[in-house]
Amino acid sequence: MECVFGMVGKGFALVVADSSAVNSILVHKSNEDKIMVLDSHKLMGASGEAGDRAQFTEYVQKNVALYQYRNNIPLTTKAAANFMRGELATALRKNPYMVNIVLAGYDKETGPSLYFIDYIATLHKVDKAAFGYGSYFALSMMDRHYHADMTVDEAIKLADQCIEEIRSRLVVAPQNFVIKIVDQDGAREHSWRRTTKD
Amino acid sequence: MARYDRAITVFSPDGHLFQVEYALEAVRKGNAAVGVRGTDTVVLGVEKKSTVKLQDSRSVRKIVSLDDHIALACAGLKADARVLINKARIECQSHRLTVEDPVTVEYITRYIAGLQQKYTQSGGVRPFGLSTLIVGFDPYSGVPALYQTDPSGTFSAWKANATGRNSNSMREFLEKNYKETSGQETVKLAIRALLEVVESGGKNIEVAVMTKEGLRQLDEAEIDAIVAEIEAEKAAAEAAKKGPAAKET
Repeated sequence: MECVFGMVGKGFALVVADSSAVNSILVHKSNEDKIMVLDSHKLMGASGEAGDRAQFTEYVQKNVALYQYRNNIPLTTKAAANFMRGELATALRKNPYMVNIVLAGYDKETGPSLYFIDYIATLHKVDKAAFGYGSYFALSMMDRHYHADMTVDEAIKLADQCIEEIRSRLVVAPQNFVIKIVDQDGAREHSWRRTTKD
Repeated sequence: MARYDRAITVFSPDGHLFQVEYALEAVRKGNAAVGVRGTDTVVLGVEKKSTVKLQDSRSVRKIVSLDDHIALACAGLKADARVLINKARIECQSHRLTVEDPVTVEYITRYIAGLQQKYTQSGGVRPFGLSTLIVGFDPYSGVPALYQTDPSGTFSAWKANATGRNSNSMREFLEKNYKETSGQETVKLAIRALLEVVESGGKNIEVAVMTKEGLRQLDEAEIDAIVAEIEAEKAAAEAAKKGPAAKET
């Protein structure tokens, strides 16, 4: 079962996602990158219906890029989150996107931020967020160990503890995870946590 | 000929579309713009009318990005340009979304030219009053390209071209002086062409350089420096010409 979670630290935000692409009982691949780099300083971890996930995230990414060319200035994380929520809300009563998103961004003026956006267009600005069956374990772990202004090392350690919980307690736990980080230097891949090759 | 120039959809007996030709007139009155293609660089230069004191010059960008690897400069009606540029930017992103590839320079030029042509064959509309110079690097081949479109909707690729005011003088200069250049030499060639028709100085010229890495707008100080270099070279060439003659007296 898919799992995406994230947290805010001191001057950065972290997003972790599993990398399994599953269809019923078959694992298509275990190195699927579900955390899209939206622009230089935004990360979007998405889980849900595979087709919707790709369609919606790519659509958002291209619209964020278009905004930047039109206005010569990038969207703030808050603006991007609200744009996404608006698109999900508009489609909801016609042809809903079954995608859950954790949006992490870094803005020069406001620092790091994290947004929880679920498939029925709920939008919350949060310090920690999680989706999927893994969220039961990840949120509990984060509730216990998270504190404001964590360093990167502390946050990675907490992410690892969450991954460990998910791996050991979930009956169909995902094999591999990818961790991406965004801070003032931009959004980038941080590391992988693998139990299987590819 | 007055009867055949009211509507765009009417040919004149000798095969002219007068509205399109009048649109070309509008282009000829627009600011001078030049584009030069080098082996690893493409340069765009545009004349800046510096008379308005109270205007915030940062809000008047004459060379715009359509995508990371494509830039556009134009001569003619700037309001028409805004509409075309907006549509082109949407098309760049739409292309990326549907085929997961950035546009080639030729593709987006063909798209813009197609739009301009559509408005020469519809009822109740007038043509776009601008010619564009489009530069960029093709995404995988990395080949630099320079294209020009005009109000009739024709387009073609160029090694160097000019449009707008005094474009004939600039084109003549380029035809005489064009050679394959790269890097800073391409920038100098473009500025030299522009200086043929524009008052010299960084205040009056806007220059942007497109390389594989992306678009870079040159700031006033940089342009002034290059202009100074060009003037020094010109003076040296003059002196060399006069030199042997002076020895004879």
